[in-house]
Amino acid sequence: MGSTTIPAGTKWWSGGKSPFNVSYGKVMMWYFLMSDAFTFGAFLISYGTIRFSVNHWADPNHVFNSFPFAGHANLPLAFVSLMTFILIFSSVTMVLAVHEGHLMNRKGVEKYMILTIIGGLAFLGCQAWEWTHLLTGEHVALLTDGTLGVIPTTVTANPWGDNLTSAETLSALQKSSHQQLVAIASTLHHGAETAHHNLNALTNQELISQISASGLHATHSGPIAFGGYFFGITGFHGFHVFSGVIINIVMYIKTKLGHFDQRGHYEMIEKAGLYWHFVDLVWVFVFLCFYLV
Amino acid sequence: MSAQHYENPEITFQPDHSGGTKKIWRIFWVLSVLTIVELALGYFLYAKGTDIGYATVMATKITIGVLTIAKAYYIVSVFMHLGDEIRNFIMTIIVPLALFVWFIIAFLADGNSWKNLRNTNAGSTPNQTEQVEKSPNETQH
Repeated sequence: MGSTTIPAGTKWWSGGKSPFNVSYGKVMMWYFLMSDAFTFGAFLISYGTIRFSVNHWADPNHVFNSFPFAGHANLPLAFVSLMTFILIFSSVTMVLAVHEGHLMNRKGVEKYMILTIIGGLAFLGCQAWEWTHLLTGEHVALLTDGTLGVIPTTVTANPWGDNLTSAETLSALQKSSHQQLVAIASTLHHGAETAHHNLNALTNQELISQISASGLHATHSGPIAFGGYFFGITGFHGFHVFSGVIINIVMYIKTKLGHFDQRGHYEMIEKAGLYWHFVDLVWVFVFLCFYLV
Repeated sequence: MSAQHYENPEITFQPDHSGGTKKIWRIFWVLSVLTIVELALGYFLYAKGTDIGYATVMATKITIGVLTIAKAYYIVSVFMHLGDEIRNFIMTIIVPLALFVWFIIAFLADGNSWKNLRNTNAGSTPNQTEQVEKSPNETQH
C-alpha cells in the first residue's frame, strides 16, 4: 500500500524519530478521527438495528423526493445527489489546497481553501432546506387515537407508514374532529386563506365528502424512531460540516496572514484537510444508510 | 521539481509530493462514477418496487454497500493520503476499524431477531406479517 520506499534496517523504535514517520499532530488527528468514526459507526449501527427490528420503515424515495423550487414534483434521490456531489467536489478542492501547501504556494492554498469553504456552506444550506422541508411538511396520517391528522416529520411524528385503504380512510375521517377535517381539507387547497374560512363553515359530512372526492392519500403513522435517527445523525454530521467550515475559515485566515510561510510548512492545512475528508467520508455512509437503501 | 521542506526531526522520509494533480482528478472521476452507479441502482430499486423479490432487492442493496466501501477506500487512501503512509501506521488505523465487520453482523442480526420474536409472539405463534402482505383482501389488516 505504502508508496514511500524505506531503506532496510531503519530503526523505527530506537527513539529520536516518529516510529510512524508522521508528525505527532497528524498521528493524533488520525486517532481522533478513528474515535469519531466509532461514534458515527455506533449511531448508524443502532439505526440499522432498529430498522431491522420493525416490519415497516419509511421509504426514502417517498420521504426525500422534493427539490427546491420544484413544487410537488416527485424527484427521488435528486436533491441528495446534489448534496453528495457538492461534498465530493469540496473534498477535491481541499486535497488541491493540501497539494498547493506541499508546493509552498500561498496563493494556490488561499484559492482552494475559499472554494472548499464555499462548498461546505453550500452543503449546509442544502441541509437547512431539507430539514425545513421535513419539519414543516403537511402529511395526512392516521394518529394513535384512530383519527386522521396533518403532521410533519419530526422526532415525535412520522407520517411515512403504509398507505391506508379508502375504507380505512373513510372510517378514520368519521372519527376525526371538525378542526382536524378543516386542516385536512385545507392541505388540499394548499393553504389559501379564503378557502380556509369557507371550509370552517362546512359541516363534518360536507368536509368528509369533499376530502373523499379529492382522492386523499392518507397513510399509517410510521415508526417514531425514524425522525430521531434521521435528525440525530444528519444533525451530528451537519455539526461536523459546520465545525469543519469554521476550521477551514481559520486556516484560510492564517494562510492569508502568512503564518504558514513563516513556519516553513503547511502541515496545518493537511490536518484541517484530514478532518474535512473525514466529513465527506461519513457522508458517504449517511447517504447509503438514509437515502439509498 | 521538488518541493522545499523544512527539517522536522520526527520525519525520517518525506513522501514524494512532486507529482501533479492528475491523480486527484482521476480519483474525483472514480468517485463520481461510483456515485452515479449507486444512484442508478437506487433508481432501479425505486422503479421496480417490491416486484423483483426480496433476494434481488437485498443483492442490489449489498452491491450499493460494496460500492460505498470502494468510495471510502479511495477517499481515505488518496484524499487523506493514508495510502502514502508506512504500513505500521496504516495498520494502527485499519485494524481497530475492522471491528465494525463484527458489529454490523451482530447488531443487524439482533434487530432481525427482535422482529421475528415480535411477529411470532416470541415463537409461540406463526409469523403473520407475510400473510398480511400477500392477502388479496386489503381491508383485513
